[in-house]
Amino acid sequence: MKLTVDGTVHDIDVAEDMPLLWVLRDLLGKTGVKYGCGIAQCGACTVHIDGEAVRSCQVPALDVWGAVTTIHGLGTPESPHPVQQAWIETQVAQCGYCQSGQIMQAAALLSEMPDPSDDEIDKALSGNLCRCGTYPRIRAAVRVAAAKLKGA
Amino acid sequence: MSRAGKIARRSFLVGAVAAAGGVAFGVWRYRTPYANPLLAGLNDGEAALTPYVLIRPDGITLITPRADKGQGAYQVQAMLLAEELDVTLDQVSVDPGPPDVAYWNRALAEETAAFLVPGDGLGRDAAETVVSAASKFLGLQITGGSTTTPDGFDKLRAAGASARETLKAAAARATGHATDTLSTKDGAVLLPDGSTLAYTDLAAQLTEVEPVTEVALRQPSEWRLIGHATPRLDMVAKSTGTQGYGIDVELPGMVHATVVLNPAQIGALGSYDTGEAFKISGVQSVVEITGGLGVVADTTWTAFKGARALAVSWPDGPVPPEMDDHWQALSDSFNDDALDSRKRDDGDVDAAIAARAGDVIEAEYRAPYLAHAPLEPVNATVRVDEDSVEIWTGTQIPRFVLANVARITGVAEENITLHVQMIGGSFGHRLEDTVVRHATEIAMQMKGIPIKLTYSREEDMTHDFPRQIAMGRMRGTVRDGRVEAFDLGIAMPSVILSQMARQGQSVPGPDSQIVAGAFEQPFALPHHRVTGYRAPPLAPISSWRSVGASTNGFFYNAGLDELIHAAGADPLEERLRLCNDPLARAVLEAVGEMSDWTGPDPGDGVGRGVAFTKSFGVPCAEVVEVETTDSGLRIRRAWVAAEVGTVVDPLNFENQVAGGVIFGLGHAMNCEITYADGRAEQQNFDSFQAMRLYQTPRIEVRGLENGDRVRGVGEPPVPPAAPALAAAIFAATGTRLREMPFSKFVDFA
Repeated sequence: MKLTVDGTVHDIDVAEDMPLLWVLRDLLGKTGVKYGCGIAQCGACTVHIDGEAVRSCQVPALDVWGAVTTIHGLGTPESPHPVQQAWIETQVAQCGYCQSGQIMQAAALLSEMPDPSDDEIDKALSGNLCRCGTYPRIRAAVRVAAAKLKGA
Repeated sequence: MSRAGKIARRSFLVGAVAAAGGVAFGVWRYRTPYANPLLAGLNDGEAALTPYVLIRPDGITLITPRADKGQGAYQVQAMLLAEELDVTLDQVSVDPGPPDVAYWNRALAEETAAFLVPGDGLGRDAAETVVSAASKFLGLQITGGSTTTPDGFDKLRAAGASARETLKAAAARATGHATDTLSTKDGAVLLPDGSTLAYTDLAAQLTEVEPVTEVALRQPSEWRLIGHATPRLDMVAKSTGTQGYGIDVELPGMVHATVVLNPAQIGALGSYDTGEAFKISGVQSVVEITGGLGVVADTTWTAFKGARALAVSWPDGPVPPEMDDHWQALSDSFNDDALDSRKRDDGDVDAAIAARAGDVIEAEYRAPYLAHAPLEPVNATVRVDEDSVEIWTGTQIPRFVLANVARITGVAEENITLHVQMIGGSFGHRLEDTVVRHATEIAMQMKGIPIKLTYSREEDMTHDFPRQIAMGRMRGTVRDGRVEAFDLGIAMPSVILSQMARQGQSVPGPDSQIVAGAFEQPFALPHHRVTGYRAPPLAPISSWRSVGASTNGFFYNAGLDELIHAAGADPLEERLRLCNDPLARAVLEAVGEMSDWTGPDPGDGVGRGVAFTKSFGVPCAEVVEVETTDSGLRIRRAWVAAEVGTVVDPLNFENQVAGGVIFGLGHAMNCEITYADGRAEQQNFDSFQAMRLYQTPRIEVRGLENGDRVRGVGEPPVPPAAPALAAAIFAATGTRLREMPFSKFVDFA
């Protein structure tokens, strides 16, 4: 089947139960998408399908219903997305392993809800685990990102 | 370059290594410095100025041998080198370098010495010398014990200074200007006429000059980087998905693998049937490894699926089957036969308690096993060829990895190359290298093919070597509104013994981690005793962020709190009254001021708790505030102060401290690893959650710099978090929590 990832169409031929996560990581080289738990408890594998944040470990690749955007398609080191810019300015990451998922979740939140309250930020990102405890800076970065997106 | 030139350069470089060993700087002086491991890889026109600075025509590389697990180790090491080298961080690249004895960890060796001889007297100093020297020869290039900053603070600045002055000497020789007319800035030597010579352009000239070793380190008032928030070198990559971790390694011809291990940890492999696994398209082979099977496939997912399809009959393992067995073993260890150390014995505890029979306060405390569970599951990529091995993995113990792979494969260490990878969290997990052993065992059965082994989350969590289980027992008395006697006994298996035995190392004498975070606390009580009891080995255990203090900080503060409460005193005021160390007093005063402390019970269903632990040489105090809500307890705020001598980077300091508080609070709230039938019951983040964003309090952090020794802060904020939370819950609800996780007894929102 055809799978559109970060604007490129791929022909994939995989087992029907193979999760999108592993197609992205092991077949398409999208290693910024992370494996953390495989059971939708950590959020490290979060990508967008048609703009909606989903856990790619839970979606069989053959069931994907729209265009997939990964952390690599959101922005690049040379041209980061405003949410990524906010993450860089706020110096959020420690080990950084969860941050692709955090950023994708935050980007989806802000596209739906440009000016979220503290509670709404907390709720939207509570499925994304961070073992280093970067949560205070994640909160701050979402605010910075919201301001950037409004100004954009 | 001519042969003569090469010989000359080599002599120079060896000389420069002598400089790097710190001959000029006293503290780091050793009679026979190690050879510079960077020399082996040099091409013409390149120079390795000390084992930490590599100058090539196309760039400057700073070698940062302590592992980065997210704590910013690469950044802090680069800052210390760059401070004296006069380069900006965007002019350099950073490389963890090869595993080598030159990168041994002296600060950790000094801390380790405390295992050998109890007390702080001459005996300990003598032991430090012995262990320091032994560690040097072992080449313990270990990242741990919050030692990266203290170990590197002088050593790396000295290396940077030596390299800078040698570059100036090379520039002087090349231009004819006197060295004292030259200065340096931003990766270049400034000539008197205002023109500049880039360090990289001097690479070839460096072969012609003698290394400069007599360099005084700059005064703090001259620092450009130290003390300033510095954007992290890895931040753009970590915000754009472009940071490579070990789990992302991709090599030509590579295959993917996973393992299925005996669920009864360190149990053996039993009989098995691979029939169903091989029906899965993409499963290539199933091989026997230590304690289980390796499954090799075309993708990680296929390997996981193949692993699930295996039918194995597992024999029992050595871990006691039920939790009651573990707790009973701890309970049975409170006796003289299991006495490990009594490093604190002030006044006459027994007499004081006997004199108040009937009024003695007693309590028992428990701390469970905990998984490290960094978000990146452990992984290693290995290719075994006939006479050589290549390894790609994140590790805190590169020298042990080399030695172990050499032993398993029979390949000499000099023919093994280890490419150290960025680590997606550790908390002590990467002080173990079982994953490398397993990857090597699989790769030996498929020579010439790189295999990337990724543990599933379930295998990682159930085969972690968890934080020690521990029990504390307190007795004490109060008199006239004051704490009079405080007797604390702590029982746990030796974590250091468990950990080092896996590396074939023996650990003689008492294990100071059994009482760390308790015996050395700066409180002067009339009668005070801390006794460590060594429980027998139970589950295999390993260092977990703050090690012994992670359990003992809770026991000590919780016990002291009960006594202070019985005395009718204020928990902060009484700690201040008892405190006999000005550095510790200052952090207690700081959190009092930061939180506007008015007592534990501000009213309206709000409770506050205070706790203090000195660990890894860092006095750290915390105030935690909780409120009762309809949906349960909510942690609203936390205030933290820590004394570290010099805050090298305020931004990273705040991140490490806030992260440590969240780590301590989250695990105290709701985490434990329990065993049933000898098998770990928690397998994934659905049953081992810790803190999530919506539960995270507002955290205010302050770094104090009153002390004269520089300290690391990765671990010290963890121990006070749990007892401060327990005290806050007591203040808010009246429920005294003596066992973690607290979610067994109260609900959190």
